[in-house]
Amino acid sequence: MTVQPARLTPAPLIGADDIPYLPRGVRLADDRVRGIRVLQAPERAMQLDAIGDAILGELDGVRSMGAIVRDLAARYNAPPDQIAGDVRDFLTGLIERRMVFVRERP
Amino acid sequence: MRDQLQQQPRDLDGNPVTPGLPMAMLAEITHRCPLACPYCSNPVELTRAAQELTADDWGRVFRQAADLGVLQVHISGGEPGARRDLAQIVAHARDAGLYVNLITSGIGITRDRLEELDRAGVDHVQLSLQGIRPDMADRISGHPGSWDKKMGFAGWVQDIGFPLTINAVVHRQNLERLPDMIDLAETLGARRIEVATVQFHGWADLNRRALMPTREQAAFARTVVNDARIRLRGRMVIDYVPADHHAVYPKACMGGWGSTGLNVAPDGTVLPCHAAQSIPWMQFENVRDRPLAEIWHLSDSFNAFRGTAWMPEPCRSCDRKTVDFGGCRCQAMALAGDARATDPVCSLSPLHQQVVARAEADADADPGELIYRRMKKGDTS
Repeated sequence: MTVQPARLTPAPLIGADDIPYLPRGVRLADDRVRGIRVLQAPERAMQLDAIGDAILGELDGVRSMGAIVRDLAARYNAPPDQIAGDVRDFLTGLIERRMVFVRERP
Repeated sequence: MRDQLQQQPRDLDGNPVTPGLPMAMLAEITHRCPLACPYCSNPVELTRAAQELTADDWGRVFRQAADLGVLQVHISGGEPGARRDLAQIVAHARDAGLYVNLITSGIGITRDRLEELDRAGVDHVQLSLQGIRPDMADRISGHPGSWDKKMGFAGWVQDIGFPLTINAVVHRQNLERLPDMIDLAETLGARRIEVATVQFHGWADLNRRALMPTREQAAFARTVVNDARIRLRGRMVIDYVPADHHAVYPKACMGGWGSTGLNVAPDGTVLPCHAAQSIPWMQFENVRDRPLAEIWHLSDSFNAFRGTAWMPEPCRSCDRKTVDFGGCRCQAMALAGDARATDPVCSLSPLHQQVVARAEADADADPGELIYRRMKKGDTS
């Protein structure tokens, strides 16, 4: 018998060199009635907290996840290792939902 | 209107309730459709073309919906392409700030029109499939040639670059082919597939024997979906509406009555769900007569089953009453003859054994002929 950890971190679907982007049909939007930021996607509107909004605001289809992590760490004066884990897990969740796409660096 | 909004909304027993805000609106812009699927979710009494809201009416409804908090509109029908002014309706929805999902059979929308809809601002296309081969697709849809037209349409969707969801309704006659359906969705470049087991309201209830899945089929579908979700992780999303006659607990219908969604019918009638008119005593209001916000906050129909105070036992004392909200009111109406009852598909319902026995008898019976969805004689479709 083995002891299972209470919660497994899902296997990442993106590496530091990969370039994440919002595909057609997925966009950041203001929800003016509720006063929140949302990610609009096919059949889904997901409420974003400030961190999620900040991460997705960096997705320009040019910079790799690694470059985005470095920029966020500098801007928020936070440890890059922690930011890297948060960004990777957040983006992996959205890649699973097909709300973020990834291309490999050319 | 401010005075009216200060009135205390109450459920059907007079208990005070607190309406939230809707996120999504289903806009059924027409009941006309070239297909005749025997499980169509439209009511058995279909609305005629002459009674449909105009494109400008829809524009007004979309602006009211956005002001009320709606973020996404699902433009559906019938077949929305049966309206020549579909692109104008889509443009009105985008102008109101809504995210536009187009739910279509793919029949009757040419490539030129699809490009026009792209320019009008459609964000996402959902294409229904009735089978994975011409014979099944054409037989279930009652429309010879439907398969070829749908495959052509799916190709244009890919060319233009719309995000695509495949809507696959599964039932007794096609559940064995579910793995092929998932493969086909992937081949067509879909980001998502919605696998929805037939819900037995309206037309589908007339076809229970032909469509009711067996217990083995329901179990098979669950296995196929679970395996495919693992295999396709990060490539395609699978949303699944299981066969609730074989479930332990009912589905959380609409996420709770009048909580997050609303439906506007072709003639402007505003419904808490698309099947709500199957509750015979319930009166519904119309956007021609009253602003959408007032209907949402103040109408008896939307307030009837809000909250949990209206619930009878066994829901009233159940831990799951805020998880599944007692299930589906329309199914309670259909199966228990009482829209307030615990959804009889719930294993805690006193009617559960009877409902399961009837479903199993239907699934084992001779399926008989399909009864196709048709307008009554004299209607224009």
